Amino acid sequence: MPAEALLTIENLRISASGRPVIEGVSLEIRAGEMLGLVGESGCGKSVTALSIMRLLAEPPMRIDGGSIRYDGQDILALDEHALEKLRGDRIAMIFQEPMTSLNPVFTVGDQISEVVLLHRDVSRQVADARAVELLTRVGIPAPAAAMTRYPHQLSGGQRQRVMIAMALACDPSLLVADEPTTALDVTVQAQILDLIDDLRRETGMAVLLITHDLGVVSQYCDRVAVMYGGRVVEQAPADELFAHPRHRYTEALLATIPASNPPGTRLPAISGTVPPPGKRPNGCTFHPRCHANVARCSVDMPDLVGEAHSIRCWNPAS
Amino acid sequence: MSLLELDNLSKTYPGGVRAVSEVSLSIEAGEVLGVVGESGCGKSTLGRTLLRLIEPSGGSIHFAGRDLTKLSRHDMKAVRRDLQVIFQDPFGSLNPRHTVGYIIAEPLVVHHVGDRQARAKRVAELLNIVGLPEDAASRYPHEFSGGQRQRIAIARALALEPKLLVADEAVSALDVSIQSQIINLIAELRQKMNLAILFISHDLSVIRHVSDRIAVMYLGRIVEIGPTETIMTAPKHPYTQALLSAVPRPGVARVDRVVLKGELPDPANPPAGCAFHTRCPKVMDICHTKRPVLAAPGGTLAGDVACHLYP
Repeated sequence: MPAEALLTIENLRISASGRPVIEGVSLEIRAGEMLGLVGESGCGKSVTALSIMRLLAEPPMRIDGGSIRYDGQDILALDEHALEKLRGDRIAMIFQEPMTSLNPVFTVGDQISEVVLLHRDVSRQVADARAVELLTRVGIPAPAAAMTRYPHQLSGGQRQRVMIAMALACDPSLLVADEPTTALDVTVQAQILDLIDDLRRETGMAVLLITHDLGVVSQYCDRVAVMYGGRVVEQAPADELFAHPRHRYTEALLATIPASNPPGTRLPAISGTVPPPGKRPNGCTFHPRCHANVARCSVDMPDLVGEAHSIRCWNPAS
Repeated sequence: MSLLELDNLSKTYPGGVRAVSEVSLSIEAGEVLGVVGESGCGKSTLGRTLLRLIEPSGGSIHFAGRDLTKLSRHDMKAVRRDLQVIFQDPFGSLNPRHTVGYIIAEPLVVHHVGDRQARAKRVAELLNIVGLPEDAASRYPHEFSGGQRQRIAIARALALEPKLLVADEAVSALDVSIQSQIINLIAELRQKMNLAILFISHDLSVIRHVSDRIAVMYLGRIVEIGPTETIMTAPKHPYTQALLSAVPRPGVARVDRVVLKGELPDPANPPAGCAFHTRCPKVMDICHTKRPVLAAPGGTLAGDVACHLYP
């Protein structure tokens, strides 16, 4: 295991219109590793992902503190020019809805070649050849013919393959995938996730996989970070997390899904809802919904403690 | 006689897309039938067609003994008291300019049930049933979270004490911790009200949890139907098997999976023979030419599969 992680986020704090959204997130990803970032809507997982690429809408969003280090560089200190060289080249990103990320008036070939031309000093012919190679790699049938198609002529699964081809165009060392299969059917989801998994094994690319689907994380990720209320509340190797969840939120989340319960039985529900930014309670953010809270939980926010398996909880599951 | 009986129900959209083809099934009073399949399989069209929100192109819908396809618009309106629907997006289906109280009372007004006072009482009762505070009646939909909005939609659907509820991806847009609350609520109400539910979802783990029986759809047709445990533990159709193995579950290793090749064919131009043959890992010669049918359309208690592997 290399000493230095590829990406290190430390104590990141982000606010939106003055309301804290991310309240001290620390994460590490090593080369070749797939890290799952899970949580429910509003927990801050997508904001964290966007901040890595400095794609936040600033303002109203603002990075208030902390650091993001990628391969020795401080991303928060880079100017726009340096960021543009990084984005799409060393760090690539794919989103949930490929239709809105692809330009409807350009062909698939144009859009992939453009990425290559932007970052590499090559001719159009070389860029086109690279685009065909990439379409082949992501499993698009008849890739040469697909070059001339427009996004609307492709299915949802094929569009996501095209997005992945674009993301891979310059052999990035980090892929940030924000809910890449949420809009897809399960049989297509399995194909896309298998593809991403194969690619990172082949190329040594690191993957930050953001999802709300615990099943997906369990099957593809090496490690998992669970977010709640703008913080990482638990982080562990995937097998360990699913076998022995320790934070009460992780424990409750795993217990509540239908797959963990005999059919027809009452599901152990988590009462209440996720508090929105600006309305987060004092102490541990989860304490009003927690069945195991103790006096201290409503007063102090616990620190994230532990090495391989870290938790932020005053009264963890044993 | 069952509460609902569909016989060869079909819906062809202009342009020739056969969204629903010759679907026959029945639902008993108080029964939950899960309908599962991927986008484009016709499950939502099936739900809307049996409510005649979309006019069927063929076949019949017998509800409580009456053929709904033969009813006039006026008679249909009366029957709708007993047939209600909830959708995926609880925001899109609630008028933002009306109070929650008005939204829930609207079906009562439309069907001339009670006076103003009686309706207000019923709204309070319904809010209580779905676990919302009484003061919710004077507030507007945007003041509520997604889970709470789905509770409002459920309260409205139950206002007239329907016999059949069509739930179309009713929990799909909700977060995990909220999803379980709504699943519990639906299960509870079903018990209390002896409500039959056609529960449409792409999520097999949710379908398994709530359904007594499951129908699996592919390109407009039911390819397998049977009791929940039979479908989940001993699926017969290769498509059902693939669908089950594609669902990632926490703590279950990714081994021996059937990952299907390709995607759903164009519903406007479905493959000849068995519509699944282009993606089937067990395809045989006969599958290219002859369409397999269910042995007992309408369903038997033991389960039924439309596949040449089981002649």
